[in-house]
Amino acid sequence: MPLRAKVATSVSKTAAALSRAAGRGDGSVIGGWIGLKIDPELLSHLATGRAIALVSGTNGKTTTTRLAAAALGVLGPVATNSFGANMPTGHTSALAKAGQTPFAVLEVDEHYLPRVIDETKPRVVALLNLSRDQLDRAKEVAMMAQLWRTALAGHPDVNVVANADDPMVVWAAYGSQKVTWFSAGQRWQDDSWVCPESGDPIERENGDWWCTGCPLRRPIPQWRVEDEGVIDPRGDWHLVKLQLPGTVNLGNAATALAVAAEFGVRPIEALPRLSTVTSIAGRYAQVDRDGRNIRLLLAKNPASWLEAFDMAEQAPTLLSINARDPDGFDTSWLYDVDFAPLYGRPVLITGERAYDLAVRLEVNGIPFQHVRTFEEALATVPPGRLEVIANYTAFQDIRAELDRVN
Amino acid sequence: MSTEALRIVWIYPDLLSTYGDRGNLLILARRAALRGIPVETYSVRSDQPMPASADIYLIGGGEDGPQALAAQRLINDGGVHRAVNQGAAVLAICAGYQLFGHSFFAKGAKCPGLGLLDLHSDRGETRAVGELRGDVDPRLGLPPLSGFENHGGRTHLGPNAFPLARVTAGIGNDGQTEGAWAGKILGTYSHGPALARNPAIADLLLRWATGADSLAPVDDTWAERLRAERLAAAGA
Repeated sequence: MPLRAKVATSVSKTAAALSRAAGRGDGSVIGGWIGLKIDPELLSHLATGRAIALVSGTNGKTTTTRLAAAALGVLGPVATNSFGANMPTGHTSALAKAGQTPFAVLEVDEHYLPRVIDETKPRVVALLNLSRDQLDRAKEVAMMAQLWRTALAGHPDVNVVANADDPMVVWAAYGSQKVTWFSAGQRWQDDSWVCPESGDPIERENGDWWCTGCPLRRPIPQWRVEDEGVIDPRGDWHLVKLQLPGTVNLGNAATALAVAAEFGVRPIEALPRLSTVTSIAGRYAQVDRDGRNIRLLLAKNPASWLEAFDMAEQAPTLLSINARDPDGFDTSWLYDVDFAPLYGRPVLITGERAYDLAVRLEVNGIPFQHVRTFEEALATVPPGRLEVIANYTAFQDIRAELDRVN
Repeated sequence: MSTEALRIVWIYPDLLSTYGDRGNLLILARRAALRGIPVETYSVRSDQPMPASADIYLIGGGEDGPQALAAQRLINDGGVHRAVNQGAAVLAICAGYQLFGHSFFAKGAKCPGLGLLDLHSDRGETRAVGELRGDVDPRLGLPPLSGFENHGGRTHLGPNAFPLARVTAGIGNDGQTEGAWAGKILGTYSHGPALARNPAIADLLLRWATGADSLAPVDDTWAERLRAERLAAAGA
């Protein structure tokens, strides 16, 4: 590593440690930011000599990254940005902090995927899904698919692992000649009714899909979920025991196994490690306080709200919504979510955009109670389970109230 | 009041529903039901014929490709033209608003619109993203418009369309005016579930469709709190 990169790495680690010591966060962004200021090519230098997997998509990337890193751990030490700091500053911090590791699994923000592919020269890129997310800032779904497709076409050596159930992802992945397909389902379909190749309608039936105007159709997946397990490319079924709730996490596990297999890890080796993953940066974490068992579920866009309702128990439920920069300033997506699954549960609402949520729930016919603070919410519900479903910064606010639970 | 149900059509949700546009259908149906007006709602997909006999038509926002496709299909179908000629009310949002004009730009090409609003749209130099606020045309008798806009278009009104509002925060059509109306057609860049923040527009559409001079008041406590918060956040 060049001297400049060495200095930058050292300063980056120090800054991250200082930030943590000062209680200013995980330190996973500031360290990388300073390091990249000193050496703009620091991420490339830090990536050199490592076998790297990148994980990107609208939803599930933090969890899938954590699972894939656990699976790759079979082979040796793995660097990873497990705090969800998924832009180049976060990647730089993660690699600097980890020191020399043979492997890295990095979660990558969708917009940054082309740049991070250029800079880290990964062995594997996993593409999970593409759906509407913070559209006031994010590129619209079709533009994102085009961005990915172009980036992959420029890196024919990369092994792509992609979700066969999402037409946008499939079309993007066809930028590459080397694709392994997995089936992780597509709960949210409203962003892929129009073929990105031809503009014709896409038809769906029993999990299959095809374009009505061009040859684009669902590829046959080599990895897929069946019952409580995953079928591998040889056709062998493996029971998957996870501590994470919901069928969506079974799909994430299938993806992690497919990624690990690209590095030569067999499912039978990886599976025991997947079952050790409990919560990820507070997601799915359970905290006991004042006789309440609080469970934290992150839901940042329509697709992940549907998944959160699927995971949550029939218990009092606190919904919290903010619309700060990381959340997107637009709350229109609330009307893309059907809150009907909450009917019959005591519902509390809070957060900076609680009024948007109030009007939405009123239209949905869901009774609710508005509370100003998390403490007030706790005092309002009886002892027992409290499910908390929050979008990104609202989730971080509540996590801070719970001593930054991981 | 007629005992026949009020029929509301949501035009092409498979193509134009990027930003919670379903909210407008839900809100209209709810506000009608609260007044004891029976409602039937229809989501008409782009591969289905467009009925011409409904009372209110809603069309939402979307990306360039689906917008161009929707305009082409609506022109070929003709149902919306017949409905408007028969006096149907329309709420057109964002991309749907643009395609009600004479022409608009999608994927760099000029596309023909329905020509039901006297306006045309082109591309602005910057994307308009953020809170939108305006004083509504006094002839409509509505409180200030509150919305969130997210579009790259600029819209130019001809003499037969009136600005929906004078912009007091945000961009709207061109930084000066926002949206348009003519007859019973109302278009706006206030995207997605625009009626959530503007229940008075929902009631205007219901009055246009039923011919009622006024509607029984409903409890808008939460909507009013939301409006006050967002109008203040927009500044101006």
